Amino acid sequence: MAKAKDALLDPLFNNNPIALQILGICSALAVTNKLSTALTMTVAVTLVTGFSNASISAIRKHIPNSIRIIVQMTIIATLVIIIDQMLKAFAYEMSKALSVYVGLIITNCIVMGRAEAYAMKNPVYESFMDGIGNGLGYGLVLLTVGFARELFGSGKLFGLTILSPVSNGGWYVTNGLMLLAPSAFFLIGFIIWGLRTWKPELQE
Amino acid sequence: MSHYFTIFFESVFIDNIALTFFLGMCTFIAVSKKVTTAMMLGLAVIAVEVITVPVNNLLYTFLLKKGALAWAGYPNLDLSFLGLICYIGVIAAIVQILEMALDKYFPALYNALGIFLPLITVNCAILGAVLFMVNKDFNFAESTVYGAGVGFGFALAICLLAGIREKLSYSDVPKGVRGVGITFIIVGLMAMSFMAFSGLKFS
Repeated sequence: MAKAKDALLDPLFNNNPIALQILGICSALAVTNKLSTALTMTVAVTLVTGFSNASISAIRKHIPNSIRIIVQMTIIATLVIIIDQMLKAFAYEMSKALSVYVGLIITNCIVMGRAEAYAMKNPVYESFMDGIGNGLGYGLVLLTVGFARELFGSGKLFGLTILSPVSNGGWYVTNGLMLLAPSAFFLIGFIIWGLRTWKPELQE
Repeated sequence: MSHYFTIFFESVFIDNIALTFFLGMCTFIAVSKKVTTAMMLGLAVIAVEVITVPVNNLLYTFLLKKGALAWAGYPNLDLSFLGLICYIGVIAAIVQILEMALDKYFPALYNALGIFLPLITVNCAILGAVLFMVNKDFNFAESTVYGAGVGFGFALAICLLAGIREKLSYSDVPKGVRGVGITFIIVGLMAMSFMAFSGLKFS
Protein backbone atom coordinates (compact mmCIF):
# COMPACT_ATOMS: atom_id res chain seq x y z
CA MET A 1 0.00 0.00 0.00
CA ALA A 2 2.81 2.38 0.90
CA LYS A 3 4.27 1.87 -2.53
CA ALA A 4 0.98 2.76 -4.21
CA LYS A 5 0.75 5.92 -2.11
CA ASP A 6 4.26 6.92 -3.14
CA ALA A 7 3.40 6.20 -6.74
CA LEU A 8 0.42 8.52 -6.43
CA LEU A 9 2.01 11.39 -4.52
CA ASP A 10 5.59 11.42 -5.76
CA PRO A 11 4.82 12.86 -9.21
CA LEU A 12 3.04 15.87 -7.70
CA PHE A 13 6.16 17.71 -6.54
CA ASN A 14 9.26 15.53 -6.18
CA ASN A 15 9.12 14.09 -9.64
CA ASN A 16 6.68 16.32 -11.49
CA PRO A 17 6.33 15.16 -15.11
CA ILE A 18 6.38 18.65 -16.63
CA ALA A 19 8.76 20.54 -14.39
CA LEU A 20 11.30 17.78 -13.78
CA GLN A 21 10.92 14.90 -16.18
CA ILE A 22 10.22 17.40 -19.03
CA LEU A 23 7.53 15.16 -20.45
CA GLY A 24 4.29 16.18 -22.10
CA ILE A 25 5.03 19.85 -22.52
CA CYS A 26 3.65 19.76 -26.03
CA SER A 27 0.02 20.01 -25.10
CA ALA A 28 0.63 21.60 -21.72
CA LEU A 29 1.11 25.06 -23.17
CA ALA A 30 -1.46 25.37 -25.90
CA VAL A 31 -4.54 24.56 -23.84
CA THR A 32 -3.81 26.82 -20.88
CA ASN A 33 -5.17 30.18 -22.02
CA LYS A 34 -8.44 29.28 -20.30
CA LEU A 35 -8.94 27.42 -17.04
CA SER A 36 -11.83 25.35 -18.39
CA THR A 37 -9.79 23.87 -21.27
CA ALA A 38 -6.88 23.22 -18.90
CA LEU A 39 -9.21 21.36 -16.53
CA THR A 40 -10.70 19.23 -19.32
CA MET A 41 -7.23 18.39 -20.57
CA THR A 42 -6.12 17.43 -17.05
CA VAL A 43 -9.06 15.06 -16.62
CA ALA A 44 -8.49 13.53 -20.08
CA VAL A 45 -4.76 13.00 -19.57
CA THR A 46 -5.21 11.63 -16.04
CA LEU A 47 -7.77 9.08 -17.22
CA VAL A 48 -5.69 8.02 -20.21
CA THR A 49 -2.47 7.67 -18.19
CA GLY A 50 -4.20 5.78 -15.39
CA PHE A 51 -6.04 3.29 -17.56
CA SER A 52 -3.25 2.82 -20.09
CA ASN A 53 -0.83 2.09 -17.24
CA ALA A 54 -3.29 -0.36 -15.71
CA SER A 55 -4.01 -2.22 -18.95
CA ILE A 56 -0.39 -2.34 -20.07
CA SER A 57 0.66 -3.57 -16.65
CA ALA A 58 -2.05 -6.26 -16.73
CA ILE A 59 -0.66 -7.76 -19.94
CA ARG A 60 3.00 -6.85 -19.38
CA LYS A 61 4.10 -10.50 -19.14
CA HIS A 62 2.51 -11.37 -22.46
CA ILE A 63 3.89 -8.50 -24.58
CA PRO A 64 6.86 -9.61 -26.71
CA ASN A 65 9.67 -7.17 -26.18
CA SER A 66 10.25 -6.45 -29.86
CA ILE A 67 6.75 -5.13 -30.57
CA ARG A 68 5.96 -3.54 -27.21
CA ILE A 69 5.91 0.03 -28.56
CA ILE A 70 3.21 -0.83 -31.09
CA VAL A 71 1.17 -2.65 -28.44
CA GLN A 72 1.43 0.33 -26.07
CA MET A 73 0.54 2.74 -28.87
CA THR A 74 -2.56 0.74 -29.79
CA ILE A 75 -3.81 0.67 -26.19
CA ILE A 76 -3.16 4.39 -25.74
CA ALA A 77 -4.72 5.32 -29.09
CA THR A 78 -7.85 3.31 -28.25
CA LEU A 79 -8.26 5.11 -24.92
CA VAL A 80 -7.72 8.49 -26.57
CA ILE A 81 -10.32 7.72 -29.25
CA ILE A 82 -12.81 6.87 -26.49
CA ILE A 83 -12.11 10.20 -24.74
CA ASP A 84 -12.28 12.09 -28.05
CA GLN A 85 -15.65 10.55 -28.98
CA MET A 86 -17.03 11.20 -25.47
CA LEU A 87 -16.05 14.86 -25.72
CA LYS A 88 -17.59 15.16 -29.16
CA ALA A 89 -20.82 13.60 -27.90
CA PHE A 90 -21.26 15.37 -24.55
CA ALA A 91 -19.14 18.54 -24.70
CA TYR A 92 -18.97 19.54 -28.35
CA GLU A 93 -17.91 23.15 -27.67
CA MET A 94 -15.04 21.95 -25.51
CA SER A 95 -13.93 19.45 -28.12
CA LYS A 96 -13.85 22.27 -30.72
CA ALA A 97 -11.83 24.47 -28.36
CA LEU A 98 -9.26 21.73 -27.75
CA SER A 99 -9.14 20.92 -31.50
CA VAL A 100 -6.20 18.65 -32.29
CA TYR A 101 -4.77 18.60 -28.79
CA VAL A 102 -7.06 15.78 -27.61
CA GLY A 103 -5.72 13.56 -30.38
CA LEU A 104 -2.21 14.58 -29.47
CA ILE A 105 -2.55 12.91 -26.04
CA ILE A 106 -1.45 9.78 -27.96
CA THR A 107 1.98 11.22 -28.53
CA ASN A 108 2.05 12.89 -25.13
CA CYS A 109 5.32 11.66 -23.73
CA ILE A 110 3.86 11.30 -20.22
CA VAL A 111 1.57 8.45 -21.24
CA MET A 112 4.20 6.63 -23.25
CA GLY A 113 6.99 7.40 -20.77
CA ARG A 114 5.09 6.06 -17.76
CA ALA A 115 3.96 2.97 -19.67
CA GLU A 116 7.54 2.23 -20.62
CA ALA A 117 9.21 3.20 -17.35
CA TYR A 118 6.69 2.05 -14.77
CA ALA A 119 3.83 -0.10 -16.05
CA MET A 120 6.09 -2.62 -17.79
CA LYS A 121 7.73 -3.47 -14.45
CA ASN A 122 5.05 -3.09 -11.78
CA PRO A 123 1.73 -4.70 -10.78
CA VAL A 124 -1.62 -3.34 -11.90
CA TYR A 125 -2.72 -1.39 -8.82
CA GLU A 126 0.58 0.48 -8.35
CA SER A 127 0.75 1.22 -12.08
CA PHE A 128 -2.77 2.63 -12.05
CA MET A 129 -1.86 4.88 -9.11
CA ASP A 130 1.35 5.97 -10.81
CA GLY A 131 -0.64 6.88 -13.92
CA ILE A 132 -3.20 8.88 -11.94
CA GLY A 133 -0.41 10.57 -9.96
CA ASN A 134 1.46 11.62 -13.08
CA GLY A 135 -1.75 12.86 -14.64
CA LEU A 136 -2.40 14.95 -11.55
CA GLY A 137 1.17 16.27 -11.48
CA TYR A 138 0.68 17.33 -15.10
CA GLY A 139 -2.66 18.87 -14.18
CA LEU A 140 -1.17 20.80 -11.27
CA VAL A 141 1.19 22.68 -13.58
CA LEU A 142 -1.49 23.04 -16.24
CA LEU A 143 -4.00 24.52 -13.81
CA THR A 144 -1.44 26.88 -12.26
CA VAL A 145 -0.50 28.21 -15.68
CA GLY A 146 -4.14 28.31 -16.79
CA PHE A 147 -5.12 30.19 -13.61
CA ALA A 148 -2.49 32.88 -14.12
CA ARG A 149 -3.13 33.22 -17.85
CA GLU A 150 -6.90 33.52 -17.65
CA LEU A 151 -6.88 35.77 -14.57
CA PHE A 152 -4.29 38.24 -15.83
CA GLY A 153 -5.06 37.86 -19.53
CA SER A 154 -8.79 38.44 -19.50
CA GLY A 155 -9.61 39.09 -15.83
CA LYS A 156 -11.76 35.97 -15.62
CA LEU A 157 -11.74 32.55 -13.97
CA PHE A 158 -13.78 29.77 -15.61
CA GLY A 159 -15.39 32.52 -17.71
CA LEU A 160 -16.62 34.48 -14.65
CA THR A 161 -15.31 38.03 -14.39
CA ILE A 162 -13.05 38.49 -11.36
CA LEU A 163 -11.15 41.66 -12.27
CA SER A 164 -13.50 43.81 -14.33
CA PRO A 165 -11.59 44.86 -17.47
CA VAL A 166 -11.31 48.42 -18.80
CA SER A 167 -13.08 47.45 -22.03
CA ASN A 168 -16.24 46.82 -19.98
CA GLY A 169 -15.93 50.03 -17.98
CA GLY A 170 -13.98 48.39 -15.13
CA TRP A 171 -10.55 49.22 -13.76
CA TYR A 172 -8.31 46.30 -14.82
CA VAL A 173 -6.11 46.80 -17.88
CA THR A 174 -5.87 43.29 -19.35
CA ASN A 175 -2.43 41.93 -20.09
CA GLY A 176 -2.66 40.79 -23.71
CA LEU A 177 0.67 38.95 -23.54
CA MET A 178 -0.87 36.44 -21.14
CA LEU A 179 -3.28 35.25 -23.82
CA LEU A 180 -0.52 34.74 -26.37
CA ALA A 181 1.65 31.68 -26.77
CA PRO A 182 4.96 32.91 -25.27
CA SER A 183 3.54 33.69 -21.83
CA ALA A 184 3.06 29.96 -21.18
CA PHE A 185 6.78 29.39 -21.67
CA PHE A 186 7.69 32.17 -19.25
CA LEU A 187 5.27 30.88 -16.63
CA ILE A 188 6.56 27.29 -16.87
CA GLY A 189 10.13 28.61 -16.72
CA PHE A 190 9.28 30.50 -13.55
CA ILE A 191 7.44 27.49 -12.05
CA ILE A 192 10.55 25.37 -12.62
CA TRP A 193 12.68 28.10 -11.08
CA GLY A 194 10.42 28.30 -8.04
CA LEU A 195 10.26 24.54 -7.57
CA ARG A 196 14.02 24.18 -7.78
CA THR A 197 14.66 27.00 -5.36
CA TRP A 198 12.22 25.39 -2.93
CA LYS A 199 13.83 21.95 -3.33
CA PRO A 200 17.52 22.64 -4.10
CA GLU A 201 18.32 18.92 -4.50
CA LEU A 202 16.51 19.04 -7.85
CA GLN A 203 18.85 21.62 -9.40
CA GLU A 204 20.92 20.69 -12.43
CA MET B 1 1.92 27.97 -57.98
CA SER B 2 1.77 30.93 -55.60
CA HIS B 3 -0.86 29.01 -53.63
CA TYR B 4 1.76 26.38 -52.74
CA PHE B 5 4.33 29.01 -51.82
CA THR B 6 1.77 30.52 -49.47
CA ILE B 7 1.16 27.16 -47.77
CA PHE B 8 4.90 26.57 -47.43
CA PHE B 9 5.83 29.97 -46.00
CA GLU B 10 2.81 30.10 -43.74
CA SER B 11 3.71 26.75 -42.20
CA VAL B 12 7.38 27.77 -41.79
CA PHE B 13 7.02 31.26 -40.35
CA ILE B 14 3.49 32.22 -39.37
CA ASP B 15 2.25 28.87 -38.07
CA ASN B 16 5.61 27.48 -36.97
CA ILE B 17 4.78 24.10 -35.47
CA ALA B 18 7.23 24.39 -32.58
CA LEU B 19 6.96 28.05 -31.64
CA THR B 20 3.28 28.76 -32.34
CA PHE B 21 1.58 25.43 -31.68
CA PHE B 22 4.08 24.05 -29.13
CA LEU B 23 4.26 20.67 -30.82
CA GLY B 24 7.29 18.46 -30.60
CA MET B 25 8.35 20.35 -27.50
CA CYS B 26 9.79 17.34 -25.66
CA THR B 27 12.33 16.66 -28.41
CA PHE B 28 12.70 20.38 -29.04
CA ILE B 29 13.98 20.94 -25.50
CA ALA B 30 15.81 17.64 -25.07
CA VAL B 31 17.82 17.52 -28.33
CA SER B 32 18.79 21.19 -28.67
CA LYS B 33 22.06 21.22 -26.76
CA LYS B 34 24.30 21.10 -29.86
CA VAL B 35 23.79 22.60 -33.31
CA THR B 36 25.02 19.51 -35.20
CA THR B 37 22.66 17.06 -33.47
CA ALA B 38 19.83 19.56 -33.76
CA MET B 39 20.45 19.79 -37.49
CA MET B 40 20.42 15.99 -37.84
CA LEU B 41 17.13 15.78 -36.00
CA GLY B 42 15.76 18.58 -38.16
CA LEU B 43 16.65 16.66 -41.33
CA ALA B 44 15.03 13.49 -40.00
CA VAL B 45 11.86 15.41 -39.12
CA ILE B 46 11.70 16.97 -42.61
CA ALA B 47 12.07 13.53 -44.24
CA VAL B 48 9.38 11.93 -42.07
CA GLU B 49 6.94 14.85 -42.48
CA VAL B 50 7.29 14.92 -46.27
CA ILE B 51 6.38 11.22 -46.44
CA THR B 52 3.81 10.76 -43.67
CA VAL B 53 1.57 13.79 -44.24
CA PRO B 54 0.72 12.95 -47.89
CA VAL B 55 0.39 9.22 -47.14
CA ASN B 56 -2.05 9.94 -44.33
CA ASN B 57 -3.84 12.32 -46.68
CA LEU B 58 -4.38 9.43 -49.13
CA LEU B 59 -5.55 7.21 -46.28
CA TYR B 60 -8.02 9.88 -45.14
CA THR B 61 -9.40 10.65 -48.61
CA PHE B 62 -9.81 7.09 -49.80
CA LEU B 63 -10.62 5.13 -46.63
CA LEU B 64 -11.70 7.19 -43.64
CA LYS B 65 -13.60 10.27 -44.79
CA LYS B 66 -17.41 10.15 -44.85
CA GLY B 67 -18.35 8.62 -48.17
CA ALA B 68 -14.73 7.75 -48.96
CA LEU B 69 -15.56 4.06 -49.24
CA ALA B 70 -18.09 4.72 -52.03
CA TRP B 71 -15.77 2.88 -54.45
CA ALA B 72 -16.17 -0.28 -52.35
CA GLY B 73 -19.96 0.01 -52.24
CA TYR B 74 -20.41 1.73 -48.85
CA PRO B 75 -21.34 5.34 -49.70
CA ASN B 76 -22.66 6.18 -46.20
CA LEU B 77 -19.84 4.75 -44.10
CA ASP B 78 -17.95 7.28 -41.95
CA LEU B 79 -14.81 5.80 -40.44
CA SER B 80 -13.21 9.08 -39.40
CA PHE B 81 -13.41 8.09 -35.70
CA LEU B 82 -10.73 5.51 -36.46
CA GLY B 83 -8.45 8.31 -37.68
CA LEU B 84 -6.12 8.63 -34.69
CA ILE B 85 -5.23 4.95 -34.47
CA CYS B 86 -4.67 4.73 -38.25
CA TYR B 87 -2.47 7.83 -38.43
CA ILE B 88 -0.23 6.72 -35.60
CA GLY B 89 0.02 3.24 -37.12
CA VAL B 90 1.05 4.72 -40.46
CA ILE B 91 3.60 7.01 -38.82
CA ALA B 92 5.14 4.15 -36.82
CA ALA B 93 5.29 1.92 -39.89
CA ILE B 94 6.83 4.60 -42.13
CA VAL B 95 9.47 5.50 -39.57
CA GLN B 96 10.33 1.81 -39.31
CA ILE B 97 10.56 1.42 -43.11
CA LEU B 98 12.62 4.59 -43.44
CA GLU B 99 14.97 3.28 -40.77
CA MET B 100 15.45 -0.03 -42.57
CA ALA B 101 15.90 1.65 -45.97
CA LEU B 102 18.49 4.08 -44.61
CA ASP B 103 20.32 1.24 -42.87
CA LYS B 104 20.54 -0.66 -46.16
CA TYR B 105 21.30 2.11 -48.67
CA PHE B 106 22.75 5.06 -46.70
CA PRO B 107 24.53 3.57 -43.68
CA ALA B 108 26.48 6.79 -43.04
CA LEU B 109 23.31 8.84 -42.67
CA TYR B 110 21.71 6.04 -40.63
CA ASN B 111 24.56 6.06 -38.13
CA ALA B 112 24.50 9.84 -37.89
CA LEU B 113 20.78 9.91 -37.13
CA GLY B 114 21.05 7.05 -34.64
CA ILE B 115 18.44 7.11 -31.89
CA PHE B 116 16.57 10.14 -33.26
CA LEU B 117 14.81 8.28 -36.04
CA PRO B 118 12.77 5.86 -33.87
CA LEU B 119 12.04 8.68 -31.40
CA ILE B 120 10.32 10.64 -34.16
CA THR B 121 7.37 8.22 -33.98
CA VAL B 122 6.31 9.74 -30.69
CA ASN B 123 7.10 13.30 -31.76
CA CYS B 124 3.89 15.30 -31.52
CA ALA B 125 5.00 17.50 -34.42
CA ILE B 126 4.38 14.63 -36.86
CA LEU B 127 0.95 13.59 -35.60
CA GLY B 128 0.11 17.27 -35.12
CA ALA B 129 0.91 18.10 -38.73
CA VAL B 130 -1.26 15.18 -39.87
CA LEU B 131 -4.19 16.33 -37.73
CA PHE B 132 -3.86 19.92 -38.96
CA MET B 133 -3.77 18.61 -42.53
CA VAL B 134 -7.08 16.80 -41.90
CA ASN B 135 -8.54 19.92 -40.24
CA LYS B 136 -7.56 22.18 -43.12
CA ASP B 137 -8.88 19.73 -45.72
CA PHE B 138 -5.80 19.79 -47.96
CA ASN B 139 -5.53 17.70 -51.13
CA PHE B 140 -2.57 15.46 -51.96
CA ALA B 141 -0.27 18.09 -53.49
CA GLU B 142 -1.08 20.68 -50.84
CA SER B 143 -0.40 18.21 -48.05
CA THR B 144 3.02 17.34 -49.50
CA VAL B 145 3.98 21.02 -49.53
CA TYR B 146 2.49 21.46 -46.06
CA GLY B 147 4.52 18.50 -44.73
CA ALA B 148 7.73 19.97 -46.16
CA GLY B 149 6.93 23.38 -44.68
CA VAL B 150 6.18 22.05 -41.21
CA GLY B 151 9.35 19.95 -41.20
CA PHE B 152 11.47 22.88 -42.36
CA GLY B 153 9.93 25.16 -39.76
CA PHE B 154 10.73 22.68 -37.00
CA ALA B 155 14.30 22.23 -38.25
CA LEU B 156 14.80 26.00 -38.40
CA ALA B 157 13.47 26.55 -34.90
CA ILE B 158 15.52 23.76 -33.29
CA CYS B 159 18.74 24.91 -34.99
CA LEU B 160 18.19 28.48 -33.78
CA LEU B 161 17.53 27.30 -30.23
CA ALA B 162 20.60 25.04 -30.28
CA GLY B 163 22.73 27.99 -31.40
CA ILE B 164 21.51 30.11 -28.51
CA ARG B 165 22.00 27.30 -25.99
CA GLU B 166 25.59 26.74 -27.14
CA LYS B 167 26.37 30.39 -26.42
CA LEU B 168 24.45 30.22 -23.18
CA SER B 169 26.91 27.80 -21.60
CA TYR B 170 29.30 30.75 -21.17
CA SER B 171 26.85 32.83 -19.18
CA ASP B 172 26.21 32.90 -15.46
CA VAL B 173 22.61 31.80 -14.96
CA PRO B 174 21.03 31.69 -11.45
CA LYS B 175 21.22 28.17 -10.00
CA GLY B 176 17.52 27.34 -9.78
CA VAL B 177 16.76 28.27 -13.37
CA ARG B 178 19.84 26.64 -14.91
CA GLY B 179 19.20 24.02 -17.59
CA VAL B 180 15.56 23.50 -18.45
CA GLY B 181 14.19 26.61 -16.77
CA ILE B 182 16.21 29.11 -18.77
CA THR B 183 15.55 27.12 -21.93
CA PHE B 184 11.82 27.62 -21.47
CA ILE B 185 12.28 31.35 -21.04
CA ILE B 186 14.46 31.52 -24.18
CA VAL B 187 11.88 29.57 -26.16
CA GLY B 188 9.29 32.06 -24.93
CA LEU B 189 11.38 34.95 -26.23
CA MET B 190 11.89 33.14 -29.55
CA ALA B 191 8.15 32.56 -29.84
CA MET B 192 7.61 36.28 -29.28
CA SER B 193 10.05 37.16 -32.03
CA PHE B 194 8.34 34.69 -34.40
CA MET B 195 5.06 36.47 -33.70
CA ALA B 196 6.47 39.37 -35.69
CA PHE B 197 5.82 37.25 -38.80
CA SER B 198 2.14 36.87 -38.02
CA GLY B 199 1.22 40.09 -39.83
CA LEU B 200 2.66 38.84 -43.12
CA LYS B 201 0.37 38.02 -46.01
CA PHE B 202 1.72 36.16 -49.02
CA SER B 203 -1.32 36.12 -51.24
